[in-house]
Amino acid sequence: MTQAAIEALADDAWLIRLGETMHPTVNAGVHRLAASIRQAAPEWLRGLSPAYASLGVYFDPERASPDDVRAWLAKAIGAADAGSTARTDDHNDHDCVRIVEIPVAYGEDFGADFVSAARTLDLPAQALIERHCAPLYQVAMIGFAPGFPYLLGLDPTLTLPRLSTPRTHVPAGSVAIGGAQTGIYPRASPGGWRLIGRTPLRMFEPSRAPPALLRPGDRVRFRAISADEFAILAAAA
Amino acid sequence: MNAAHALIQVVSAGSLTTVQDTGRERYRDLGVGRAGTLDPEAAALTNRLVGNAASDALLEITLHGPVLRFAIPVRIALYGAPAPIAFKDAGGATHPLRTGRPIDLPAGSLRIGAIRDGLRVWLAFAGGIDAPRILDSRSTDLRGGFGGLDGRALRADDTLTLCAPPCVSVDRPVSAPWWVAPDIDALFGASASSSATSIRYVPSTHPSALALGSSDWRVDPRSDRQGLRLAGASLPNPLPEQISAPVAPGTIQLPPDGQPIVLLADAQTVGGYPRLGHAIGIDLPRLAQCRPGQPLRFEAVTQGAAHRLWRERQAQLSRLCMAIDDKLRR
Repeated sequence: MTQAAIEALADDAWLIRLGETMHPTVNAGVHRLAASIRQAAPEWLRGLSPAYASLGVYFDPERASPDDVRAWLAKAIGAADAGSTARTDDHNDHDCVRIVEIPVAYGEDFGADFVSAARTLDLPAQALIERHCAPLYQVAMIGFAPGFPYLLGLDPTLTLPRLSTPRTHVPAGSVAIGGAQTGIYPRASPGGWRLIGRTPLRMFEPSRAPPALLRPGDRVRFRAISADEFAILAAAA
Repeated sequence: MNAAHALIQVVSAGSLTTVQDTGRERYRDLGVGRAGTLDPEAAALTNRLVGNAASDALLEITLHGPVLRFAIPVRIALYGAPAPIAFKDAGGATHPLRTGRPIDLPAGSLRIGAIRDGLRVWLAFAGGIDAPRILDSRSTDLRGGFGGLDGRALRADDTLTLCAPPCVSVDRPVSAPWWVAPDIDALFGASASSSATSIRYVPSTHPSALALGSSDWRVDPRSDRQGLRLAGASLPNPLPEQISAPVAPGTIQLPPDGQPIVLLADAQTVGGYPRLGHAIGIDLPRLAQCRPGQPLRFEAVTQGAAHRLWRERQAQLSRLCMAIDDKLRR
């Protein structure tokens, strides 16, 4: 994390870059830094926006000048760096990481691109499902729409190009592959990723506390369910 | 007075009228953007004119305003772009009204017509508009579909309620004898020598960041609360699409077609387009008033200059607020 760079993002926000790649280790560093800033809770802190390899820090300019916030962040990056070096022996990052299981009904009835995806990848349907369920994914960031998780850890043999023309309507809960990433559409929206299944869980409910089922940095495992189980879980959600 | 008295009926909604306050900042990590008014300064002033807190919810009116009917007296104020405003009382008599001052109105209907210079005006009611507080805010998140009125713009036959019952008793419109003149420079930023709106920005290290300032731009009609799209000579975009990184209201993105987008209040939280820099905070109000086709010029400034300008504006606004409070006490 030694090459961290701080850039102006807005009058009231700094952008900290920890790298330029989609790598789980870099991304874990982003979440560690975000957690340490949140824990320190400086009075000027308004919000944090972790992404793959960078972190947006939004502050209240009435409580601290941009320069003071920048200096504080530079120190926080140094401290987080030292902390992670001290921990490299035992790799204990997973201590405070949540693992969330997401039930998914796969197949053409739940994901409009399932059949064509299996054909493009030259895989039997069952192999596509097994390979998609096997990894322990990392929620790299949440964006695009409220509650939309970008997951790191997709089996590289499942890489699929995005649709050349995005769909105008993707059903809520759709589980999809876009390039080397996989994610879940929290609500009906337009979208260009390949749909392979659907979860009956409500990923984002603004009036629920907490509103999002997943947080950045969480680990996710998909579990294949039947159409019957989907119906039961959907009724309970 | 019971809550039903504080009902405002939407007779017609206008082009895009939404309930907004200062927006959300704490839930960016969950993909929730700021939303809120496109011009927080104008909104705060509008609220101040009716004695509200800066964080109270009001209506943001775009292009063509709504017609609203109240069954009981209310106190209102409007501030922003000049707009034709007319009040029709229960007897059918019409009274023209003006922006920038508190106005007590009896039962009747308020019509805000087409805005011709600029694009937006804010309408506050004493007591503030009541809407459920969702994720700490009453703002309408149009992309997320929540907040305000079910996450959407006003429609005919909607009703609005106020947080506090109004304490107004008049039988004809009564405007305060003083007013706050629209700050033409803050709202529009056009100089006498040029019809182009001037926007100051802090450039990034992108190779095309400074070229933004040496070209002429126009506002593309596909602009909305999420982003102002610029049309002009395409800027070179030698960098490939990058891995998604945080963005903010004011972020200037460069999509592959070379036509920049300035993100506004409804900006998403992360984006993958290369970043040319950001429009400074005190010029976001100017962007809120840009109509399709409006010419724009960009001028590079430093982050330090942006902060100095912001502090000057805050000092100016707090003097104005003290003057308003003083008038309201009399």
